Amino acid sequence: MQFFGGSDISPSPPAPTAPGNNAHMIYVFNRNGVCLLYKEWNRPLHTLNAQQDHKLMFGLLFSLKSLTAKMDPTSAEKGNLGVPQLPGQGCSFHSFRTNTYKLSFMETPSGIKIILVTHPKTGDLRDFLKYIYNLYVEYVVKNPLYTPGTPVSCELFNTALDQYVRSIA
Amino acid sequence: MAAIYSLYIINKSGGLIFYKDYGSAGRMDTNDTLRVASLWHSMHAISQQLSPVLGCAGIELLEADNFDLHCFQSLTGTKFFVVCEPGTLHMENLLKYIYELYTDYVLKNPFYEMEMPIRCELFDINLSQAIQKDRVALLGR
Repeated sequence: MQFFGGSDISPSPPAPTAPGNNAHMIYVFNRNGVCLLYKEWNRPLHTLNAQQDHKLMFGLLFSLKSLTAKMDPTSAEKGNLGVPQLPGQGCSFHSFRTNTYKLSFMETPSGIKIILVTHPKTGDLRDFLKYIYNLYVEYVVKNPLYTPGTPVSCELFNTALDQYVRSIA
Repeated sequence: MAAIYSLYIINKSGGLIFYKDYGSAGRMDTNDTLRVASLWHSMHAISQQLSPVLGCAGIELLEADNFDLHCFQSLTGTKFFVVCEPGTLHMENLLKYIYELYTDYVLKNPFYEMEMPIRCELFDINLSQAIQKDRVALLGR
C-alpha cells in the first residue's frame, strides 16, 4: 500500500519555547451558558468580539455534545439530534485537536463547563481540568461574597489559576 | 471486534456522499447520518473561527469517552472522517489512503457526477480491502 509521504498539508504553529507558555485561553461556563470566567494568556487572533466569541464557544460545545451522544457506536438507544443532554447523559467528548490548537473540555454534574485551549501537542489534560475545578470550588463557590451565576472576580482564584496554568508543561 | 466503526465522506458543501458502517451497535438510519454529517461540517467550520492563532484548518481529531473521530480535509474541501475505538493508531494514514482510492476510483470515473453520492463498485471493493487489511494488521498485534 502506498501511503502519502510525511509532508504536512496543514502545518502546525511552532512549539512554545518558554516554559509555562502553553495555554492560550480558558473559559468557564455554567449550565445556563453564562460565561463565569474568560482569561487569555496568548491570543494573537481575535475573530469576533468577546460576547459573540463566548456564545459561539458555548454553542459549539452544545452541538458537539449532541453530536457525540448521537454518534456513540456503543449504545443502541439514543435520543434525537439537538435534544439538550443532561450533564453525564450520553457519550461526551473530552478534547478535540486542530492543527493550531487543542481544546480540552470537562463538564461537572452541576453543569459547570471548563474549557482550556492550548498548543496542539499538549497531552491529556483531564486531570488538570479536575484540579482547576477544585480551585473553582475552593476559591469561588466557598466564597460567601460570590453570587452564583455571575462572572467570577475573586483575586485569590485568579492568582491560583494563573500560577497553576503556567505550570502546565 | 472492530477497531473502525464507520466511515463518512462529505462534499465541500457538507452533504454526505458516502457512508459505510463496519459494525457499531449504534447504527443510525439514513436521515440521521445525513444530519450528523452536516452537523460535523458546520462544527468543523466553527472551530476555525475560535482559533487563537492564524491558519487553523479545522478539527483533525475529536476524542470522546467511547470513540475517537479522525477527520481529514483535502485541499478541495472534501472531508473524510472515520469513527473508531479510542486510541486507535494510524488513522491519519488510513484516511490519506482512502483519499487516494477516492481520486483513483471515483474522481477518475467519467460517469461520476461531482458532489453526488458515490456509487462506484471498484471504490467499494478496494475500500473494503483496505479496511480489512487494516483490521487484520491491528488485531495481529
